[in-house]
This record gives sequence, structure tokens and C-alpha cells, in this order.
Amino acid sequence: MNQPLNSKEPLIEIKNLFFTYEGQDKPTLNIPAFKVMPGENLFLFGPSGSGKTTLLECLAGVLQPNSGSLKILGKDLCLMKPAERDSFRAEHLGYIFQSFNLIPYLTVFENIILPLYLSPARKARLKGSDVQLVIRGLCGNLGIGDLADKKVLELSVGQQQRVAVARALLGTPDLLLADEPTSALDTDHREKFLKLLFEVAEHFGTTVVFVSHDRSIENLFSLSLSLQTINQS
Amino acid sequence: MVLLELAFKSLRNRVFATSLTVISIALSVSLLLSVERAKRAAEEGFTQTISKTDLIVGARSGSLQLLLYTVFNMGSATNNVSWKSYQELKKNPAIGWTIPYSLGDAHRGFRVVGTNEDFFKYYHFRGDQRIELQSGRILEGLWDVVVGADVVKKLNYHLGDKIIVSHGITKGEGVVHHGDKPFEIVGIMKQTGTPLDRAVYMSLEGGEALHIDWKDGAMPTRDKMIPANQIRKEDLVVDEITAFFVGAKSRIDTLRLQREINDYKPEPLMAIIPGVALSELWGGLSYAEKVLRIISWMVVVVGFMAMLIALTTTLNERRREMAILRALGARSSQLVGLLVFESAVLTFLGVALGVGLSVGLIALLKPWLESEFGLFLGGPALTGFDFLLILITFSGGTLMGLIPALRAQKMALKDGLSVKL
Ligand SMILES: Nc1ncnc2c1ncn2[C@@H]1O[C@H](COP(=O)(O)OP(=O)(O)OP(=O)(O)O)[C@@H](O)[C@H]1O
Ligand SMILES: [Mg+2]
Repeated sequence: MNQPLNSKEPLIEIKNLFFTYEGQDKPTLNIPAFKVMPGENLFLFGPSGSGKTTLLECLAGVLQPNSGSLKILGKDLCLMKPAERDSFRAEHLGYIFQSFNLIPYLTVFENIILPLYLSPARKARLKGSDVQLVIRGLCGNLGIGDLADKKVLELSVGQQQRVAVARALLGTPDLLLADEPTSALDTDHREKFLKLLFEVAEHFGTTVVFVSHDRSIENLFSLSLSLQTINQS
Repeated sequence: MVLLELAFKSLRNRVFATSLTVISIALSVSLLLSVERAKRAAEEGFTQTISKTDLIVGARSGSLQLLLYTVFNMGSATNNVSWKSYQELKKNPAIGWTIPYSLGDAHRGFRVVGTNEDFFKYYHFRGDQRIELQSGRILEGLWDVVVGADVVKKLNYHLGDKIIVSHGITKGEGVVHHGDKPFEIVGIMKQTGTPLDRAVYMSLEGGEALHIDWKDGAMPTRDKMIPANQIRKEDLVVDEITAFFVGAKSRIDTLRLQREINDYKPEPLMAIIPGVALSELWGGLSYAEKVLRIISWMVVVVGFMAMLIALTTTLNERRREMAILRALGARSSQLVGLLVFESAVLTFLGVALGVGLSVGLIALLKPWLESEFGLFLGGPALTGFDFLLILITFSGGTLMGLIPALRAQKMALKDGLSVKL
């Protein structure tokens, strides 16, 4: 449903990006050039400590690169003020952690609807559709339709991760960043989970960037890349 | 706003830790307020030990000494005031009333005061409170005494009991008992919460009658003793008193009256204004109240520390939650706001509970404190100053929330979303 003005325009465009953690002398990220086109399902793999999470957090605008440019939807995150990056993230991005994605004292439904409260722009993307219906539909598609009013602590890990997907995709974001969200699942559930994720993401036209050290799921993605080939650090 | 709702839900989720924090703040706030209240009551009780009396007149000595032996039953007079001077000064048209006060005898450790019915009419304390009797009547006959509430409590007396007065103020050796002249308790005073409760009152003539057969300050020998039933009130002449209280017809005359008495030629006398003397004396004791206040502030600080510890420890468990909110697009300033709001809610609940606790408990215990300790908690439950204290406590507690909040913000900006232990 998201239609960039020109489908040849990259969704993510990185040039000469450097990122060094405070107190370290060697940069964790040094990416001369990297592009992701809209609609791609990108699998980025790399060993533990190679900087996958760091890259995702730079993409999310949570960490501020030291130099270079990082454009999403043509906008350079490096030139934005922190608050602007926060609202950009709220409007355009979904983020899924490896585990513990949900706020324990809220219900499943409250967890999913949270981004709409934090960002009016995200809510506007629903174009006035009934939020209740959208969420019920999303949950139905992800196979968690009957869990909406449960407490998150009563859910299995796989169910929790699907709730996290529902939340990340609510309001049809342009980009979904997933940081090894399947590592707590067994092989069977992993594949089922990813198939559901792709289905819904494709339906919404959301681009997926998925990082993991586990290459066994690589073949499910349309594109697979090693972080070490793009990161020169 | 959604963050406020989040804060409430999060606090409710941690209800046990939250209540402990609220209780610790509440206890320290209620201690602070109760100390303030008690201090106010003590000061009021002290400076209002005697009221409506414009001057206390006695032989020339120190003003503190005069105050102590008249109002507080402490120490003794070095000299007396002659009856003649008293009568003469009484005629001053500016004087509305007087109460004569004669000291020197005691009953089992309690002072015996010689006075007259004007004492019951004009002596005031705590504003317009007057002496009231819980049973019996005021002084009439020569051998009548009225006793203070503490005397009755301590010695377990009843109306009609006979008591023996001893010469001199102290108990123990060398004290001469006027065993031949017993007095009868005709009245028992209500508790006043002042030193009045710890004395025995008789007529001026009664005091005179005790010593009628004495010569040059020595006890009579057995053959020269005059038995009590042969002494009549009319035969007695009072020739001196220890002090007297003066009520001016108009407040404005007080200073002039004081000057006139101080300049009285026939006898060296001194007049003090009890309100002023009491305030001065209280001012001298004020270091005690300062110490009390410092201690209660320290308790408040300890309460805050408990909150700080509670907030900081839960913060570690909540870094995940903060990371999730950040990932959803919450600004880091919003997260600071969330945490500060939480501590504001905790402090508010704590302060509110503390105020309720202090006011409620004091209201509940008031009758008991009055009857058991003579601690009269008059005046408003909360003063403007208390509200200032409450405001300071509230802002202090809220600002305290900034410490963990800013720490969390700093960590989040440096480490991003990854929560490592
Ligand atoms: N907060 C931090 N401060 C300093 N160095 C950090 C910090 N976080 C990560 N690093 C370092 O940056 C490098 C990359 O870390 P990152 O978390 O991005 O790796 P990763 O590829 O996600 O690993 P994993 O697969 O284990 O999650 C590591 O060498 C790590 O030591
Ligand atoms: Mg990682």
C-alpha cells in the first residue's frame, strides 16, 4: 500500500557511515555504501558482536552515527534533531526485539495500540479506519485473534513475538526492523512465524530488514546479505 | 495523556513496592507535621501559661525569678511585698483587679498558695480559660483548701479529706509540719494543663493562721500553742504577701503602671509583663525546638532516600520497558517525564497520607493527650507554615525522581535499545 514516488528510489541509503560506541577507539560500523529497495525482504547475517544490533539501532534513529549519511525515505536521519528522529521512528518504523517486546503491565490489546498513542502521524496512516477492527484483523491474520484481552505474561514466547509483529505493523509502517525475533522459537514455529510476518508485511507494503546469526532461515527471504561484506570495520 | 496512564498502570503493577514507598514518605511527613504541631502547642501552652494578666508585681529581684516563683511554682522569693504597699497600689485608678499571692508553705511536695476568691475570678490561662472546679466549692472558711488536679491524682484525695501543711517549700529533713492545724479539702480544680494543677490553694488568712503562735520564725513550745478551734478569721492580720497579679483597666495603661510600680518609693518593687517575660523565656529554650525540627527533616530525607532506592532498583528491571517505549517512538524527554511523574505521584500519595495520618491521629488522641499529659493542642490543625513544609516536601520528592530519570536517559542515549545486564 505504501507507494514511494518512484519505485526505483531506495528505501534505505547509507553512505560512508561511521559509528563508534562511547569509550571505544575502533568503530563498530564503517559502511561505505549500502542500499535497500522498497518491498525487499532483506536477511542480514553476521556472527555475534559483528554490529547487527548497532546497525538496526542506527537505522531506527536511536543511535546517532558519528559521520556519514543515513537516508530513509530520502530523509537523512543524521541531519535530524533527536526529537525529530523520535517522531520519524514513531511514524515510519516498526521494531521487533529478540525477546521481551511487550510491556508486562498492559494487556495484549493495549500493547498493540501503544504506537498510535505515541504518534498522531502513525494514527493518521490508518486513514480513519476503525482501530479496533484493524487490530482485531491484524491479530486474526497472525493467529492471535483470541488473545487480545489477555495479560502478556499469560502468553507463550511465540505468541508474544506475534503480538510484537502486530504492534510493529499497525499503521502500515514503511520499514520493519527485526532483531533476531525468532531465536527463542523452535524450527517449526520459526518458519510459521516468518511466513505470517512476510504475508502481513507484503499486504501492507512494508519493507523488512531482519538480522540474525542463524542462517538456517536464510532461504525464506528474497535477499540475503552478510553484514561483514558491507561493514568494513 | 498516554504517558500518565502508563505511569499509573506501572505503579499499580508494582503495588507492593509502591505502597512501601508511599508509607515511608507518609510516616516521615506525618512525623514532621506532628512535631510542628506539638511544638506549636508547646509554645502556645507555655506562653499562655498565664493570660489576661498585665503585670506581676513582687519584691525587686530578677524578672525571670519573679516569673518562675509566681507562674511556674519554681524557686522562691527573696523578699515579700508589704500589705500596706499592696493596699496602696491597689487604689491606682488604672488597675482593674488584683490577685494576691502568698507562698512559703508546702504540702507533700506541692506548693501551698495563699490567695483569695479573686484568684478564681480573674486568673486566666490559654486565652480566656479560667479556673473551674470539678467538684466542691471555692475558698470560704479559714481552714479551707482547694487543690489542683495533679495533686488529687498523685495523692488520691477526695473532698472532705484533711491535709496537713508543712512550713517551707521542700520536703524532707528540717521541715516543720503544722500538724496541729489541719485543713479540709473543699474544692478540686479541673485540669488546666498549667502549673496551677500542681498546687494547693488556701486563703491568705489561713496561711497567717498557721503561724499565728510563732514568734520570730520559730515554732511555739507546746504550752504556747494556740489550738485551731480558737483562731477566727477576723482576728488575723495579714501583713505581707509574696506577689500580686494586676489586670489593668485598659491595656494602654500597662507600661505606665509598670513604670509607676517600679518607681514606688516606700518599697523596692518590681512589675513584669508576663506575656513578654514568657516569650523571652521561650525564646531562650528555642534551641530545643530547632533540634526537633532538624531531626524531623532528617526523617523526611530518609523517607526520600527510601523512595530513591525503590525507584532506582525498579529502574533496572524497567530498562526493557523504557527500550520498548523508545523503539515505539517515545522521546527520551518523555521517558524522563514518565519517571518524574511517577515519583511525583508517589510523593503526592505519601504526603497526602502523611497529612491525613498526622491530623487524624492528633484529633483522635487529643482528649487523651489533654487529660493524661496536659498537652493542649489548640489552634488550627495545619498552618500556612505547614503548607510550606508540605510544598517543600512535595517538590523535594518530585525532584528526587529526576535523579534516576536522568540516569536512565543518559544510559539510553549512550547504549541505544540494547538492554545488557
Ligand atoms: N553499549 C555499548 N558500549 C560499548 N560497546 C558496545 C555497546 N554495545 C555493543 N558494543 C560493542 O559493539 C559491537 C557490536 O555489538 P552488537 O550488539 O551490535 O552486536 P550483534 O551483532 O548484535 O551481536 P549479537 O548477535 O550477539 O546480538 C560488540 O563488539 C560490542 O562489544
Ligand atoms: Mg544483537
